[in-house]
Amino acid sequence: MANTKQAEALGHRELGLGDDDVLAMYRQMLLARAVDERMWLMQRAGKIAFVISGQGHEGAQVGITWPMRRHQDWLAPFYRSIAAALTFGMTAEDIVTAHLAKGDDVSSGGRQMPGHYGAKRYNIVSLSSPVGTQVLHAVGLAMGAWVRGDDMVAMTSFGEGTSNQGEIHEAMNFAGVHRLPVIFVCENNGYAISVPLAQQVGGLSVAVRAQGYGFPGVTVDGTDPIACYAAGKEAHERARRGDGPTLIEAKVVRLTSHSSDDDQRRYRDPAEVEALKDHDPIPLFANRLRAAGLLTDAIEEQLRAEIKAEINEASRLGEAHPDPDPATALTHVYADEVPS
Amino acid sequence: MTELNILEAIRIAIDEEMERDPDVMLLGEDVGRKGGVFGVTEGLFAKYGEKRVLDTPLSEAMIAGAAAGAAIYGLRPIAEMQFADFSYPAFNQIVSEISRMRYRSNGTFGLPMVIRMPYGGGVHGALYHSQSNETYFTSTVGLKVVAPGTPADAKGLLKAAVRDPDPVMFFEHKKTYRLFKADVPDGDHVVPIGLADVARPGTHLSIFCYGYMRFCALEAAETLAREDGLEAEVVDLRTLRPLDTATVLASVAHTGRALVVHEANRFGGFGAEVAAFIGEAGFESLDAPVTRLAGPEVPGVPFHHNLEDWFMLNPAKIVEAARALAAY
Repeated sequence: MANTKQAEALGHRELGLGDDDVLAMYRQMLLARAVDERMWLMQRAGKIAFVISGQGHEGAQVGITWPMRRHQDWLAPFYRSIAAALTFGMTAEDIVTAHLAKGDDVSSGGRQMPGHYGAKRYNIVSLSSPVGTQVLHAVGLAMGAWVRGDDMVAMTSFGEGTSNQGEIHEAMNFAGVHRLPVIFVCENNGYAISVPLAQQVGGLSVAVRAQGYGFPGVTVDGTDPIACYAAGKEAHERARRGDGPTLIEAKVVRLTSHSSDDDQRRYRDPAEVEALKDHDPIPLFANRLRAAGLLTDAIEEQLRAEIKAEINEASRLGEAHPDPDPATALTHVYADEVPS
Repeated sequence: MTELNILEAIRIAIDEEMERDPDVMLLGEDVGRKGGVFGVTEGLFAKYGEKRVLDTPLSEAMIAGAAAGAAIYGLRPIAEMQFADFSYPAFNQIVSEISRMRYRSNGTFGLPMVIRMPYGGGVHGALYHSQSNETYFTSTVGLKVVAPGTPADAKGLLKAAVRDPDPVMFFEHKKTYRLFKADVPDGDHVVPIGLADVARPGTHLSIFCYGYMRFCALEAAETLAREDGLEAEVVDLRTLRPLDTATVLASVAHTGRALVVHEANRFGGFGAEVAAFIGEAGFESLDAPVTRLAGPEVPGVPFHHNLEDWFMLNPAKIVEAARALAAY
């Protein structure tokens, strides 16, 4: 047990989190980052056609998803939801396998681009590419639980660029009308590919829109997983109480370009890009854990060694999965495989 | 058997399916307290309550998208587009999401759901309450598309659609809602999706049709028999996707002449698919070019009754097209 006074300052204990819990959250952030970085390496090595990253979003995703109950609650993710998908149960091997578009990848069997997370076995809805469509699926899941009277909370994530889609408005309004058990998470990293927030969001805040829908909207520092946990927990409890949705706007940074097909140096000021690493949630959280006496060099070393081994093993296993066979490409159009 | 019109048959089908399966729910604009703008869902709100017969905001994308989410959760939603014309805000959900969900998830997520699409003209609805937009959906792989033309088929196909593991677009021609009554089998009458119906056997030519055009084609066939001695075979396709190709070919095989009739405009319409299929697979049977009779190439049904009458297909226009085809 760490020095009580120092550890209290982290604020996790008053939220019901133990010291082990926050270390587990830190480990989850490290794992997400490590998987993400491995995808870029594999892309540069020519093994993966495309990468879209969650780097900089890990604190928000791990913190907000931490209160969700595996195999009971649902996630409708977006393409940066690598850490959220891991928290819902996806493994590093699942993610590597999906990026390699292997024939037995749990998300799509090699049919979808990388980053299109989804797997029924983990209660993660299959994601498409037109942004914002998944938000209505989360609302529909919540509606299903509401109709049946089930204890289930649906969570969905999207960026601030996507927040401007009409379907987001339709989803939030309907969820507000019926106080559905859903959590809307806007991971605001300030850029929709190349277009900055000021040219995307007239009021500069996504969270304030919640007022018009009749439920709370909160803004949270997305680089602070403890604050994000607090917001996620409150939203989860609100949903379970029958008090309806919550909109959480988590301010995060996009540490990478939009995707492997983009170069953000073409539209972002070099000083701005350089400053991003000061907002990297991983060292920020590590420093706080150290100050709280919960993280030591020895623990850090051990965690990083474990994760490196996990990623190496995931890559080895992932690459060994079979490629998809074109002979199967006509399957799963319809359940009964009717001819067109 | 009970004599019902199409509107009543649809209502009874929904009612029976909701009674049979507590996971069946209905959502749409005005489907609850009002019972639908046409009265299709009258009485269901009182019987099943506000959650299973859910009045939604005016948000068609939400109606389709939330229905998809509920289907993922395990429910069997019936989503109503108040008019097929208003389904375009939901087009992204239907085309990007609902039709592709099973394929893109490698078969792990199926969407058992129905989208009801009141369509068609002849109801003084002008450009935006009269469209026959089935072709957008018949050309979308992953959807099934049905369009009944009789009360018995309306009941039986709706039941099949609710029980189907895949999304079904259910086209209800508004003009047929109260057009006529006919015998409908009581109880659990299910008409399988994917089977056409030879509504009237004939020998001289085949008329392929669906929805309201079945009614018009049958009337035209009576005129042709009486005035011309021509026996037209009327084939009601009932399901547009998957198309019952065997019944289409069998009909052409013994008549040698094919007339495809639909209210939607001709260019790239569903008749083009039927005609192309017959041309490819039934060429040897043909004694004349496959012919299409379709709605005019204008962006919608114009309002004034003179204009609407000009637009609409009717038995007389079918008789005229059939005579020309028979004379070839």
